[in-house]
Amino acid sequence: MLNWLPRPKHAAAARRDIPAGLWVKCPRCANLVYRKELERGLRVCPRCGFHHRLSAQDRLALVLDRGSFVETDGDLEPQDPLGFVDEQPYPARVAEYRRRTGQAEAIVTGTGTVEGARAVVGAMEFGFMGGSLGSVVGEKIARSADRARDHRWPLVLFVASGGARMQEGTLSLLQMAKTSVAVARLADAGVALVTVLCDPTTGGVAASFAFQGDIIIAEPGALIGFAGPRVIEQTIRQKLPDGFQTAEFLLQHGFLDAVVPRAELRATLGRILRLANAPADPGAAGTGAQGWGEPTDRADEPPPA
Amino acid sequence: MDRDLAEVEREIADLRRITTTQQMNLGEQIAALEARAERLREEIARHPTAWQRVQLARHAERPRIGDYIAALTSEFLELHGDRAFGDDPAMIAGLGMVDGRPAAIVGHAKGRDTRENIARRFGMPNPEGYRKALRVMTLAAKLRAPVVTLIDTAGAFPGKEAEERGQSEAIARSLLEMARLRTPIVAVITGEGGSGGALGIGLCDVLLMMEHAVYSVISPEGCAAILWRDGSRAPEAAEALRLTAHDLAEFGIVDEIIPEPPGGAHRHRDDAVAAVVESVRRHLAACARRPEESLIAARYEKYRRIGRVRRGSAEAAGTTPAAGGQAE
Ligand SMILES: [Zn+2]
Repeated sequence: MLNWLPRPKHAAAARRDIPAGLWVKCPRCANLVYRKELERGLRVCPRCGFHHRLSAQDRLALVLDRGSFVETDGDLEPQDPLGFVDEQPYPARVAEYRRRTGQAEAIVTGTGTVEGARAVVGAMEFGFMGGSLGSVVGEKIARSADRARDHRWPLVLFVASGGARMQEGTLSLLQMAKTSVAVARLADAGVALVTVLCDPTTGGVAASFAFQGDIIIAEPGALIGFAGPRVIEQTIRQKLPDGFQTAEFLLQHGFLDAVVPRAELRATLGRILRLANAPADPGAAGTGAQGWGEPTDRADEPPPA
Repeated sequence: MDRDLAEVEREIADLRRITTTQQMNLGEQIAALEARAERLREEIARHPTAWQRVQLARHAERPRIGDYIAALTSEFLELHGDRAFGDDPAMIAGLGMVDGRPAAIVGHAKGRDTRENIARRFGMPNPEGYRKALRVMTLAAKLRAPVVTLIDTAGAFPGKEAEERGQSEAIARSLLEMARLRTPIVAVITGEGGSGGALGIGLCDVLLMMEHAVYSVISPEGCAAILWRDGSRAPEAAEALRLTAHDLAEFGIVDEIIPEPPGGAHRHRDDAVAAVVESVRRHLAACARRPEESLIAARYEKYRRIGRVRRGSAEAAGTTPAAGGQAE
């Protein structure tokens, strides 16, 4: 998987922070797994199938055609509108997470192809302040929706977030509304939004673009919900049953289209993108002008800036 | 200062008890303390801190949605149920006449007393509450009637059933449909604007906010618990979160602040309600003059602008191959 990385050094930088052992203890089955074996197996535990979290880079490398990714808006940075200080000032916290993850913010956006089908893509980085939805994440998602609309390419968002970013206050809350107006425009233009809910997808992110997808899939075992399990347990004063708020639980309750194991994610997305490819105008639908699976002439267009 | 006030009020109560139980005449001392309490109340009323505003926004005697509906509409017809699961008493939705024209009113329903609060889940909706609200808003669009939403909630209810029935999906759907609802939406934060549960009926063309209402991504207590593992530092968190009407007007989030009577809306409820009604009617009239297409486009622009970002260096952003490595 590492060879697919669009920017290998990046991922190497991110890796450095993970405790540098040869073995990783699986949080579910408690078995020690040889790190290289885990990486080779897409970070899925070979013993119990637990899906360890993926960085945004690894996620994109996993699903996109090699060399097809072109990053957009990678230079957007947050400001500090509240002058927020907890243990350290917000800008210092942002800088620390930049060092720690090698990422500029909690989402990486761009364009790419999956099995030849074009898409605008965004992958959230949970390692960056819990994948929290601040102004930069909101802006990059809104721009991605606009770009998807302009190109009439489906928008695919890989979600991994604990919710809104406290340090940006109500401005952060309103990123839910900002992404919603952009997604609404995309929907009105007849272009599909596909969301892939990874561990975890909660709070304001779950209650906005994550569940605004036309097609919503999730990774096995991912925690998905509005309120966190601890908050619910405090409210109702009882323990939640095993498996509550997991991807499988949501599938059973009718809120997901599918739970897709990581090994099948790329092929599933390829199929979704071929099926959810909107024609430029309704008349073109039967002419094959858009192509089904085969890249058309539009694949040669320069990537959007 | 509110701590001082609480202290003085406690002393007064103590003295009163002594007066009745021990037959002592403490009238003079009580009068002095009363005067001091009143001075403190006035001082708080003039310059409430963020935390004091949180208390005012949550005040049990504040006007409730029923008060606003009664003053704003005639012939109000409450509509019930989400047509899928049930009826949520934490959310009220219906149609009424405003200035001789039909309008939809939806909003959070806090109770007047403990019994009603329990029945209405303290105004914290379940998914069917948001689905009922959206159903009535969609009906309004069909009837070419504007929508008024009244926001006053600590948040969407964090319960087991709420999760089973898709709290996230209900709010997400509401936001998506409100973004493109083909009729004007005027929203008023009348008390607590608690996070996603408030925003779930808060995407709008005009956002009004009462002077002492608050609108926040997280409760000050929750924020303090996360940041300092100490919920008692909520007053600090309230300050840091910049959640007051004045802060949010500064950020361009709030379009108009509705003044409250001295001491807060609970002191003179009728005046407070009248001020809200006046503002809502004025904005409904202004919205009615705007063509539908430009309304939706302006709604998009309004939210598209919200947020603070800047272009940084390419190096930090990782647009150069070595970026990640150099950041070490
Ligand atoms: Zn395992």
